[in-house]
Amino acid sequence: MATAPKKSLWENFRQSQIWKSIFRHGKPTDKRNRSLVILSNVFLHLHPVTARKSGIRISYTWCMGGLAFFIFLVEVITGVLLMFYYRPTAEYAFSDIMALRDHVPLGIMREIHRWGAHAMVIAVWLHMFRVFMTGSYKPPREFNWNIGVILLVLTLLLSFTGYLLPWDQLAIWAITVGSNMARATPFLGHEGPGASFLNIAGVSLVHSGDDVRFALLGGRFVGAATLLRFYILHCVAIPLAAAVLMAVHFWRIRKDGGISTPV
Amino acid sequence: MDALKNFIDTISSPQLFITATIIGFFVVMHYVRFFTKTPVFLTFLGLFTTFFLVSLTDDHFRKIVTLPDNVPIVGMLFLIIFFTWFSLRKGVDNDIRTEKGEPTFEKSEANEKLFVWPNLVYTEFLCMILATIVLLIWALALQAPLEEPANPTISPNPSKAPWYFLGLQEMLVYFDPWIAGVVLPVLIIVGLMAIPYLDKNKKGNGYYTFKERKFAIVSFLFGFLVLWIFLIVIGTFLRGPNWNFFGPYEVWDVHKVVPSVNINLSEIIFIKWFQTAMPRFWFTREIFGIILVFVYFGLIPIVLAKTLFKKFFMEMGAIRYGFLMMLLLTTVALPIKMYLRWLFNIKYIVAIPEYFFNI
Ligand code: HEM
Repeated sequence: MATAPKKSLWENFRQSQIWKSIFRHGKPTDKRNRSLVILSNVFLHLHPVTARKSGIRISYTWCMGGLAFFIFLVEVITGVLLMFYYRPTAEYAFSDIMALRDHVPLGIMREIHRWGAHAMVIAVWLHMFRVFMTGSYKPPREFNWNIGVILLVLTLLLSFTGYLLPWDQLAIWAITVGSNMARATPFLGHEGPGASFLNIAGVSLVHSGDDVRFALLGGRFVGAATLLRFYILHCVAIPLAAAVLMAVHFWRIRKDGGISTPV
Repeated sequence: MDALKNFIDTISSPQLFITATIIGFFVVMHYVRFFTKTPVFLTFLGLFTTFFLVSLTDDHFRKIVTLPDNVPIVGMLFLIIFFTWFSLRKGVDNDIRTEKGEPTFEKSEANEKLFVWPNLVYTEFLCMILATIVLLIWALALQAPLEEPANPTISPNPSKAPWYFLGLQEMLVYFDPWIAGVVLPVLIIVGLMAIPYLDKNKKGNGYYTFKERKFAIVSFLFGFLVLWIFLIVIGTFLRGPNWNFFGPYEVWDVHKVVPSVNINLSEIIFIKWFQTAMPRFWFTREIFGIILVFVYFGLIPIVLAKTLFKKFFMEMGAIRYGFLMMLLLTTVALPIKMYLRWLFNIKYIVAIPEYFFNI
């Protein structure tokens, strides 16, 4: 009794209306479908359909930019989960983190988020290092290098603002040390050179109650107002800015002719 | 063993480490072909790893290195060593190909177009899975630190900034906050952004090379490896209470007393050399330091433009050249200030505390 070769469950699923409503192309095994898989997917279409072999090699890019982006996504997801448990007030912040550690089952979100933050800083540095070593900042990619430098700064600021949120000794003192330097900003910090020139009839315009450090911390010391400020910067403002700049960064890679190759 | 550890602790000092690193850096850059040979690199890596593993048997060393927040820095150190070797090696390999008249590795593959699916997408997917695994293991193995609740009245000793800013905190030893905390970070950012506009060398775009971009690579790596990564490593592992320097096996003693004998340049000039009292007016007092700074930033670029860097100057034009020199001289100012401190105990070259202006 000869039977027609049976199709696997998976094959059947690929023929179903559900699958076909999502993916409008066949198996990516021929040229046409390999193009369509990239072109018809909003995430994959960040890529070109074809690329030069030299640029695809992992020994060329180290995949470091890609990793930096991936870790950023991990941070977004774990960060959102953490926000469910965390209230950014001097009263609750610390105990919320304690509760997160002690009462949430399988709670490694905070761990992934924290180690991911370190990993992202390292990945971005290594990415910049690679881009430098391949001379990829040279024309026509000068501008994208600049976008990159801003992304680097934003990555550091994301890490820095997040450092305060656990509201423990480590947090407030690291931020205190880090932000103390702002006191010495020329002209704008009250202990900065030139600040004493900014006065009207002897009344100083720049003092500890209105200098850049005050603006950053929302007070003379790292306190409740600082916590709120850093929380909003960390969870809303900087991630948004970084996301927008990443979009520009990726767009420009394509517009500058793809991953650099010898000209 | 203990004797060896004691010996290492006694000779450990910023002077020694930084001098050794600077010399080591330039030796490696000079003999880059030798040092990037696989056996040579593996020997170095082996020695370094052995040193690290053996040191782990020391209680203090282990305590500092395995602090959850410090673990990433250890990881970063190994990654940086690997990737420095890797990229230099690829550059050297390409240089050798070019010398033989062959195209670079990248060039030989540049005209071959591949489909991104599956060639690139699968690689990225694998990287993502690997990164996820690493993060998961890391998260399961090490708990995120949580210390006592925030208390503005008790400051821990040492108080350290987050690790990626420890290079700047280390610079605070040698410069006032307005330089170490404001001017230098701004110049680092501006300097990085300026790189594509300063480097007019058309070669080395889109492939690894060392020979064709020697000056650019050596200057960048000096800043990145020596003045950034290495200072972070010192700041993290070797700076203890009161930001005092400790050897790798030395227990962080809060009461360690380090005599501070630093004096200002003006004091050396007026009191030691002229044997007079310090002038009252700040400008007269600091005139020599001010002249020195002007000579450093103003005269040196001009002299170099006429002599050693004549070619650069011609190629780049005055504006680019001036900007590049400002950046380079500022970079070099850090080690210079370090050595002035160590050799002559100089605190400030220009000291105008009246206006919080100290250099
Ligand atoms: C959050 C930070 C960043 C993300 C997510 C990111 C992402 C990426 C990705 C995915 C690529 C594609 C190639 C690769 O993976 O290497 C890339 C390329 C590039 N990146 Fe970034 N990047 C970041 C930061 C930076 C920084 C700090 C710089 C430089 C200062 C930079 C400069 C460039 C340049 C010039 C290219 C083109 C490289 C080439 O054509 O060979 N990026 N970036």
